[in-house]
Amino acid sequence: MTRPNNQTTVIVAHQFETLEQQFDADLLGMWLFLVTEALLFSGAFLALAVYYHQYYDTFSAAARELHWLLAGFNSVILLTSGLAVALAEQAADQHRRRLTLWWLSATIALGVAFLGLKGYEYYMEYRAGLVPFLDQPFAFSGPDPHNAMLFYNFYFAITGLHALHMIIGLMVLLVMLVLTYRWREGARVARQVRIAGLYWAFVDIVWVLVYCSLYLLGR
Amino acid sequence: MNYLNAGYGLKSWLLTLDHKRVAWLYFISITGFFFLGGAAATLVRLELITPAGDLLSSDAYNQMFSLHGIVMVWFFLIPSIPATMGNFLLPLMLGARDMAFPRLNLMSWYVFILGGAFTLTAVIAGGIDTGWTFYTPYSTMFSNGAVLAAATGVFIVGFSSILTGINFIVTTHKMRAPGLTWFRLPLFVWAQYATSLIMVLATPVLSITLVLLGVERAFGIGIFDPALGGDPILFEHLFWFYSHPAVYIMLLPAMGVVSEVIACFAHKRIFGYKVMAFSILAIALFGFLVWGHHMFVSGQSIYAGVAFSLLSFLVSVPSALKIFNWLATLYKGHIRFDAPMLFALSFIGLFLIGGLTGVFVATLALDIQMHDTYFVVAHFHYIMVGGMVSAYMAGLHFWWPKITGRLYPEMWARVSAIIVFAGFNLTFFPQFILGWAGMPRRYHAYAEEFQLLNVFSSAGAGMLAVGYLLPLLYLLWSLRYGARAGGNPWDARGLEWTVASPPPKETFATVPRVDSEAYAYDTPQ
Repeated sequence: MTRPNNQTTVIVAHQFETLEQQFDADLLGMWLFLVTEALLFSGAFLALAVYYHQYYDTFSAAARELHWLLAGFNSVILLTSGLAVALAEQAADQHRRRLTLWWLSATIALGVAFLGLKGYEYYMEYRAGLVPFLDQPFAFSGPDPHNAMLFYNFYFAITGLHALHMIIGLMVLLVMLVLTYRWREGARVARQVRIAGLYWAFVDIVWVLVYCSLYLLGR
Repeated sequence: MNYLNAGYGLKSWLLTLDHKRVAWLYFISITGFFFLGGAAATLVRLELITPAGDLLSSDAYNQMFSLHGIVMVWFFLIPSIPATMGNFLLPLMLGARDMAFPRLNLMSWYVFILGGAFTLTAVIAGGIDTGWTFYTPYSTMFSNGAVLAAATGVFIVGFSSILTGINFIVTTHKMRAPGLTWFRLPLFVWAQYATSLIMVLATPVLSITLVLLGVERAFGIGIFDPALGGDPILFEHLFWFYSHPAVYIMLLPAMGVVSEVIACFAHKRIFGYKVMAFSILAIALFGFLVWGHHMFVSGQSIYAGVAFSLLSFLVSVPSALKIFNWLATLYKGHIRFDAPMLFALSFIGLFLIGGLTGVFVATLALDIQMHDTYFVVAHFHYIMVGGMVSAYMAGLHFWWPKITGRLYPEMWARVSAIIVFAGFNLTFFPQFILGWAGMPRRYHAYAEEFQLLNVFSSAGAGMLAVGYLLPLLYLLWSLRYGARAGGNPWDARGLEWTVASPPPKETFATVPRVDSEAYAYDTPQ
């Protein structure tokens, strides 16, 4: 019973010829998946743009009720988590297990902090009576409250969809944490962290779009 | 030892990572859905034999045509050729050991089944009566049916096609055997590739549309609700942005199959290979620019209507190029009329009629008259059933010896091809005349003067049922009693014919090297 201790031994999945081929294929697969994700969000953004054009004043007034400073601070947290995951990728690439673990944990902590703050924001909007569904009283004081409801519907639908992606991303990162902790094979861990990091970066970038197109309307 | 007898347990099938077995999982499930959708169509045609709405209540009728549409579009036509033959053949044609992501491939089947379960739940729990298009505000505010369950089912099954699409694209890019350059690929592969592009680029838009529809129906988060200033037409735009390209998800793989079959049974190199490859890509591209032609009477701007009309005409150019090239391939070929060829030739004829009538309905002014009549119904059935299902049958018969190692009974197959062709025309040609005369679609009772043609149509549907049940019987029969097929029973070209039938579990012991073009029929194999 000897365990293979040679770190350079790499196992290529049976359908591939070389490790490079496998890495290229995995990466291309993730990029394609991100294309589909971008298109998923694009439908919602398109609808928002159409209505924003149609109800310019109402949507701008409704958007001013959102907590843009708090969300701005939250954006900084999320983008910092993007930096952390990039550093985790680099550390995994250099086969530095401890450092990878550290940066992955930092990414997850920042992601959880983001979700916590987002939840607090939702709570404040609930208190202010800006939740136009689930039979909540709607207390928007600006003009044209009916169309303003439409704006808040978008706000909750789009940020909710983004939060769902965050949760999926966090779960992926947790799996990465476990895989890094076990460290079966350096090249494999590096590949997996790289691909998970790509997904996390995408979730970051979508947030930048969400922030610009919801919070900064009419400012 | 081949992939079929490599393991017999249920587990060896349900947990398989072999693309050939995943193809079988799809074969079995979509065949089930095909006959479910067919049963609904049978009830619709039975109802329409008499002008009075006597067999089904109007609610039950609405549920039947909705069920027929939803099941046939999302659970048969969309997955049909890519998920079955595509899954089986793509790695074989590329000289690859498997798909790039075998686990994802198996997962896409489970996702498909999960989506199917939701949709079947919808059928049991009260049915759905919105038609396959789920138009708002009816679907979100008024319909009493199980809209949410059906829409969830369609949403889920969308991910199955996204996963298949990603897998096919990556496999085609990264798994080609040495020497297999892009312009040496069989047209079947080009067609799968273009189809996958559409799956990846269009399906997510349907997903988000259904999410918005779902949250509106479930929680009252109105996005398309006119009471909040929402616009139901926006739903139609988003829906057709997916659903028109989806027509090409159904059709392009069919074109790929027909190219393979025609080249083999004319025993000639395909005419104009590069034009064929580029016209596949052109159809995929143009398919994204024409969705508005479904909405000429919805109140969209007249300028949008004109633009969409002109762009729709554009699709006919690459489509016609393909027809001419198939005909040129036949010219001076050594033609054999085996069953796959009969099905492929029916494809050409029926697709031609479907395509030409497509030009009619793409014409802005004419469509005002045609919209929502049986003319449209006949037009898209010529494309989808006459075109797509014929090609599916052609491919199924063509590769059956490769997939199973057995020959199907040739005489019965030819009989079935002829019955399907005749039955199809008898079913749907009268519907052109009915639509032209003004019979609207989706009604379960109609004016007396339309009865004769409706009786023809229903009689044809009976023939079609026979034509489709026959292959089910003799193909199952051939699994046990069919003569053993050699590696290459058709004297065809292509990497898939260089391996044994059925292929070994590990298809290629050594990765093949390719040094010639596809369709090298002028050189002996």
